[in-house]
Amino acid sequence: MIRVSLRGLAGRKLRAALTAIAIVLGVAMVSGTYVLTDSIDKAFGSIFTDVRKGSNAVITGRAAFTLSDQNGATAPSFDESLLKRVLALPGVAAAEPSVNGQAQLIGKDGKAIVYGGAPNLGFSIANGDSRFNPLSLVDGAWPGTGEVVIDQSTAKKEGLKIGQLIGVQAEGPADELRISGIVRFGSVATIGGATLAGFDLPTAQHLFERPGKLDEIAVAAKPSVSDPELVRRIRSILPPRTQVRSSAAQAAEDASGTNAFISFLQRFLLAFAGIALFVGSFVIANSLSITIAQRTRELATMRTLGASRRQVLTSIVVEALVVGSLASVVGLFAGLGLAKLLFRLFDAVGFTLPNSGLLFETRTIVVALLVGILVTLAASLRPAIRATRVPPIAAVREGATLPESRFARFRTPGSIALTGIGFAALMYGLFRHGIGTTQVLVSMGVGALLIFLGVALFSARAARPLAALVNPIAAWGVVVLAALFWPFFTLPFWLLRLGAWGPGGARRRVLAIAVGAVLNPGLALIVLVMWLRSLATSWAPEWPIDFPNVLPDRTANAIGAHNTKRNPQRTASTAAALMIGLALVTLVAVLASGITATFESAVNDIFTSDYAITAQNNFSPIPVSAGNAAAKAPGVETIASVRAGEARIFGTTEPVTAVDPQIGQVLTLDWKDGSQAVLGGLGRNGAFVDDGYASDHHLRVGSPIPVLTPLGKRLGLVVKGIFKPPSGGSPFGHVTFSSATFDGNYAAPENLFTFIQMRGDVTDANTRALDNALARFPNAKAQTRKQFVDAQISGLKSILNILYVLLALSIVVSLFGIVNTLVLTVFERTRELGMLRAIGMTRRQVRRMIRHESVITALIGGALGIALGIVLGGLLVARIDFIEFSVPTFQLVVFAVATVVVGIVAAVFPARRAARLRVLEALQYE
Amino acid sequence: MDALQGVSLEVARGELTAIMGPSGSGKSTLMHILAALDRPTSGYVTIAGTRLGKLGDTEITKLRRQHIGFVFQFFNLLPMLTAEENILLPLSIGGRKPDKAEFEDLLEKVGLADRRKHRPSELSGGQQQRVAIARALVTKPTVVFADEPTGNLDSKTGGEVLELLHQAVDAYGQTLVMVTHETRAAAIADRVLFLADGRIVRDLGQVGEDEIIETVRAVAPH
Repeated sequence: MIRVSLRGLAGRKLRAALTAIAIVLGVAMVSGTYVLTDSIDKAFGSIFTDVRKGSNAVITGRAAFTLSDQNGATAPSFDESLLKRVLALPGVAAAEPSVNGQAQLIGKDGKAIVYGGAPNLGFSIANGDSRFNPLSLVDGAWPGTGEVVIDQSTAKKEGLKIGQLIGVQAEGPADELRISGIVRFGSVATIGGATLAGFDLPTAQHLFERPGKLDEIAVAAKPSVSDPELVRRIRSILPPRTQVRSSAAQAAEDASGTNAFISFLQRFLLAFAGIALFVGSFVIANSLSITIAQRTRELATMRTLGASRRQVLTSIVVEALVVGSLASVVGLFAGLGLAKLLFRLFDAVGFTLPNSGLLFETRTIVVALLVGILVTLAASLRPAIRATRVPPIAAVREGATLPESRFARFRTPGSIALTGIGFAALMYGLFRHGIGTTQVLVSMGVGALLIFLGVALFSARAARPLAALVNPIAAWGVVVLAALFWPFFTLPFWLLRLGAWGPGGARRRVLAIAVGAVLNPGLALIVLVMWLRSLATSWAPEWPIDFPNVLPDRTANAIGAHNTKRNPQRTASTAAALMIGLALVTLVAVLASGITATFESAVNDIFTSDYAITAQNNFSPIPVSAGNAAAKAPGVETIASVRAGEARIFGTTEPVTAVDPQIGQVLTLDWKDGSQAVLGGLGRNGAFVDDGYASDHHLRVGSPIPVLTPLGKRLGLVVKGIFKPPSGGSPFGHVTFSSATFDGNYAAPENLFTFIQMRGDVTDANTRALDNALARFPNAKAQTRKQFVDAQISGLKSILNILYVLLALSIVVSLFGIVNTLVLTVFERTRELGMLRAIGMTRRQVRRMIRHESVITALIGGALGIALGIVLGGLLVARIDFIEFSVPTFQLVVFAVATVVVGIVAAVFPARRAARLRVLEALQYE
Repeated sequence: MDALQGVSLEVARGELTAIMGPSGSGKSTLMHILAALDRPTSGYVTIAGTRLGKLGDTEITKLRRQHIGFVFQFFNLLPMLTAEENILLPLSIGGRKPDKAEFEDLLEKVGLADRRKHRPSELSGGQQQRVAIARALVTKPTVVFADEPTGNLDSKTGGEVLELLHQAVDAYGQTLVMVTHETRAAAIADRVLFLADGRIVRDLGQVGEDEIIETVRAVAPH
């Protein structure tokens, strides 16, 4: 029996291969994710250990509390006198002092060299032969005073050479340094998009404005001293606000942030792999059901020959197992390619990841194969069970069909119940207070899964009316797209074929080829291949063909539309696969549109002046001196900055901000208690808070707020005002006080934003004046309100693009689902196609008929998906306070057009097969 | 061995020609070649003055659309279309509109006036074949080819269908070529051809059923 089923499988290679593609893509995503994250993990791991190579212990500054790595908070530096005392300790072999932070390199165009959101690392480095130096010199020499070494990849990308002068800006204004050498970091080929700038210690201290101060001392022990012993000895002499860790502990500490990021990235990508596999399982279940329906007679014959139900079941399951295993193996290796693509994708949106070669772990192999095979098996169960219900008598009946499932009559109520439970689970996750994040995510995920299943089952009911509804959209959508493609695709293809095989004199034919090749050179190549093939083989191209038109063929369309209604369950499950992808894409678009709209209105509410200064990447802090430089620009009426940092308040670490007294003239807040005057009168200990924070901590005007800064200073602040931040977010932390207080109690204060009111508002002259004033601060840029909004949103756009690309994978899977269904349908309707051709249907009409069926199926999925996406998006928006509901009309139109394109593309291959059928053979097909 | 050898044949306008022969005699191949569904390895076919020889697929298709009608053994109707829509299919494929009066007349003739809105699954075998015949006649083709038109019907409905085909030739002057192995069917023909081993072995005019049975016996391989 098993041998029979394997033989059968071999006889249906095309069908099996088409089914397998769905699994290949899903498994590739799983294995690609693991390969990608393992590779990044290894690259980062080697970065963090390489940095600490040669040292046994590391001394760093210590904040008064644990900082969050966000909000621009940095540990304080310490006095360089510590170095001598460390060197004097018994057991210390060597010690290397260093200063580090963010340092911008300035390109030839005067702009900061930034690759996406990657860091721009600046640091002092030991001499080349030092045991502490993780860098190797590729070319040139180690830096002396007024010199810098830069990394190889930045040098290459920017065309920087040894001996050139380059602007470098850290805390103060930019300095011109001479490039003394090009360096490479350890074993890592690219260190993400990060730029490296290394200086000698005095230069670094100057650039980072830390004269006489250090950020780190790396210490190497004598062989006789163990690491813990070394740490203990150093600890005994440490001044306050410093700490010592063993190098291994320090490396782990350095890596903790990226480890969290990698595990997030892994789960994030696996979620998309899961979606693709879920969609894939629809495709497999559907293809198998169709194949089994077509094999009813064969299965019945097996039963008459004595095969038991169990044997029928086994044969189908074994078939699925074979397809699933082969597909999983292919997918596993395709994952390597996908990992490379993902590296490129992240790179393209400005999010370069470090890479030191792809890593293929055993775990990747095991998980990918297991997941692929299990999903295929699970998807094959329902069709397999139905196959067992084929009665032996079906063997002798003409046109026997698969018996209805026992549960068919429960389909509609069942699907409604499933959808209901799904929504209930989703609502529970969204609106139930006091449950953990994992619980929220699980109940939302399960809810969404059930909703998709429920709607997919129900759509068998809705397929007929939906098909009628989208029919005109399909017809006209195709006409419009065909008209757009006509001059660049349809027409040149006809011209080229006319030139190659058509009648007429040489002049006319050469002209046709020339015009066709100009309109679409790619097609010229294809036609050339066709021409060579027709010369070399007995194959002959189709010619003459009618002059191409784009008008809809009503009969072909009508029959195509009828075909979608013949087996609504089949149409529905094919469409459902596409529905899932589109629902998620729409959901993302609705959320993004909500965030954008809310953010925009928040900026317009608060930001009432002309210009804002931010970092080039829109979120990094910039030196206070940049704001001071801008203040000197001609035409500035008012300028005020916002500093950002962290503080320990009421037992938790909170983001805090500080403002200049003039801030009230450039920003307008909505006050619940107090007025704009509060902003100018904060004084030494005044503060204002947002209303949420105030109610959480029962604060009123006059309430005291005890604040601990990272330097360990204690501030006794008093609430002077409470404001209502707009839902789209505010530029302030929970607690805001005066910048004078901030500067006196924080190490290396930096601005997050600077807002400026100019004489004459926004003019070209004013913009130029600010740009000139900021010339020595290449990382700072002055923007109008509109530019500011766009720039702040651009990060969101990058994330959106990544999401869209990842969701596109599941849409590709569902596209193959449509291809699959159509190919199987063409097999099934071979005789009918023969008849249509015999009574006068041209090949082009056949193609259009299939295409229309495909586009309608796609549009059913699109309509359901977009509607479902809007509903799900609406629910999420209702839950999240800082987003308003907003329909992304433009995106939705794009998705609808994309749906039509999916339908057209899916039809290409099946339509060609249908059109190529030989009339006579088709008529005699059984 | 070739399926057909040295077959030369002219079908007269307005005549019902029956092609008979044992299985493997080449009668189906002959019809497929005549109906432009297949190409001969040598020789040629001319329909309504057009030589089929070098025509491309689109041209052949259009020729079939205009000049040829088909009646199949298994009816080959589209299950999701009504009787009326099935009949009009060849016209609408060609983008033509039916003449209303003529169409009503045709429906009346094939006896489907009250069944026009039914789908094939709601029709009996005989009714389905009548839909198929109407579909073949609706374009007023130069020639209609019928491939075992009664092969899938019981003898009573088969008789009705034959009567209808006969009428079409008489009333409309429709040219019709019918492949059959039923002597009863061949008996309504104006001309009966007998094929054996790829050759025309007898070419009779209108003859009775008895003579046909005799001829069948005579040409059958011994």
